[in-house]
Amino acid sequence: MKVLVPVKRAIDYNVKVRVKPDNSGVDLNNVKMAINPFCEIAVEEAIRLKEKGDATEVIVVSIGEKACQEQIRTGLALGADRGIHIETDAGVSLESLQVAKLLKKVVEAESPDLVILGKQAIDSDNNQTGQMLAALTGMPQGTFASEVKVEGGKAVVTREIDGGLQTVELTLPAVVTTDLRLNEPRYASLPNIMKAKRKPIDVQSAADLGVDLTSNVSVIKVTPPPQRQGGVKVDSVEALVDKLKNEAKVIS
Amino acid sequence: MTVLVYAEHDNEVLKSETNKLITAAQAVGADITVLVAGQQCEAVADAAAKLSGVSKVLLANNAVYGHQLPENIADLVVELAGGYTHIFAAATTTGKNFMPRVAALLDVAQISDAIAVESADTFVRPIYAGNAIATVQSSDNVKVVTVRASAFDAVSDGGSASIEAVDIVKTSEKSAYLSAELTESERPELTAANVIISGGRGMQNGENFSLLNGIADKLGAAIGASRAAVDAGFVPNDMQVGQTGKIVAPDLYIAVGISGAIQHLAGMKDSKVIVAINKDEEAPIFQVADYGLVGDLFEVLPQLESSL
Repeated sequence: MKVLVPVKRAIDYNVKVRVKPDNSGVDLNNVKMAINPFCEIAVEEAIRLKEKGDATEVIVVSIGEKACQEQIRTGLALGADRGIHIETDAGVSLESLQVAKLLKKVVEAESPDLVILGKQAIDSDNNQTGQMLAALTGMPQGTFASEVKVEGGKAVVTREIDGGLQTVELTLPAVVTTDLRLNEPRYASLPNIMKAKRKPIDVQSAADLGVDLTSNVSVIKVTPPPQRQGGVKVDSVEALVDKLKNEAKVIS
Repeated sequence: MTVLVYAEHDNEVLKSETNKLITAAQAVGADITVLVAGQQCEAVADAAAKLSGVSKVLLANNAVYGHQLPENIADLVVELAGGYTHIFAAATTTGKNFMPRVAALLDVAQISDAIAVESADTFVRPIYAGNAIATVQSSDNVKVVTVRASAFDAVSDGGSASIEAVDIVKTSEKSAYLSAELTESERPELTAANVIISGGRGMQNGENFSLLNGIADKLGAAIGASRAAVDAGFVPNDMQVGQTGKIVAPDLYIAVGISGAIQHLAGMKDSKVIVAINKDEEAPIFQVADYGLVGDLFEVLPQLESSL
């Protein structure tokens, strides 16, 4: 079974996000970038499937400018077998639909049995690409997965939903998107990091894949969120209840 | 402008997210149709028809829609999409699941998690976990939008829309529902509650969460938790409030033993009134709290319960 794992280069989750003074976006100059955390969980899940003997090959694919090969190498260091880089021109930013269309081309070329993606990236917070890829390729989907089991040409996926958990059975090939508690990704060992440097990355140009990369959505402005002002400290439960009743009037 | 609003429900009860979606839809245009897709969900359609501002309810009542499988729901919505300028669904795990499929099949973008509707083509949405707010404009011929319901007021009853049965049956052979484990609770749901009391790592273990029960009973509150408390195994995942859990905006949010990590604040900072109870007076939660009480929660909680 072949597993394809699309990963995104995103701002490191520890970085404090700053909006540019001209409100054109978030300042990413000299900011630490990393593999999106949900994508890292996706890589880990694919590798665990390989270690269990369910998967035979794990391919990591990333779309973006040259620098995103760093994130492909991260995936290879965790244990993926090879990488595909769909290269875009510097400064080009793609919307989820365009990413899904490019990934569809990769799916057509590679015919994976399972595509595992992060449920969302921590920059755009869209939570769309996996579902869109599933729709465009006619694959069933198991989103927000907290458990994935593969048996007999099917994937049994337990999903985190608002009221609790839901389990669905998908006929392969299928798309799975990861939630936070699916697994805890390993750290890459130094020997594996060295080994990853020799694993192949196939670089293709996004422009050559015959996908219209323009989006009909434009960003008009990006602003910092309204700051909430801290209030007062009260010194007793009585004072707190009094404030809630008589000042804030939120309890009676 | 014509808006198709996807009703949030559990086949029995229309969820309050739908009332809030109507408010968001009204910001776009007056002609609002609500789609109720489910199984034996006539009561939901009846409730949707009573919502103020709704002109028509479409009822797709079939076993294939009973579990909201995204393959089936998306195909249904796409088939119905002709003639609508906007398709709105709540940014719940249901809406987030099927709506991107709808957008992709219609070959348009999706706007995720709208918190404001500026005009028929311009929407406001948080990015970077709420650390930045983007205003985006779409020139797609149909706008597919998931709406963060907690950012909008609910419409009340007062309408009397007609209910029209839809006999389209869309079913995928590739996906099947197996089972669900739903958390049983007498309390309001987190995303619908007017009052929420949440516990964090400071609760120390799962049993201590029972200290919140009496207060929740007296206030009619839902009980939530921080990611730290969920990751520590104190309480189940679906109680988590935060960037990767539920986004809430109740009238009153009481954070108990929660330090106030950015990831938690992203899920509750739009609450009208925030109370923080924490023994560490330097905890970041106090920077967003309207009322802070520095103290040991094991002393404070029983006192609070008895004084309500």
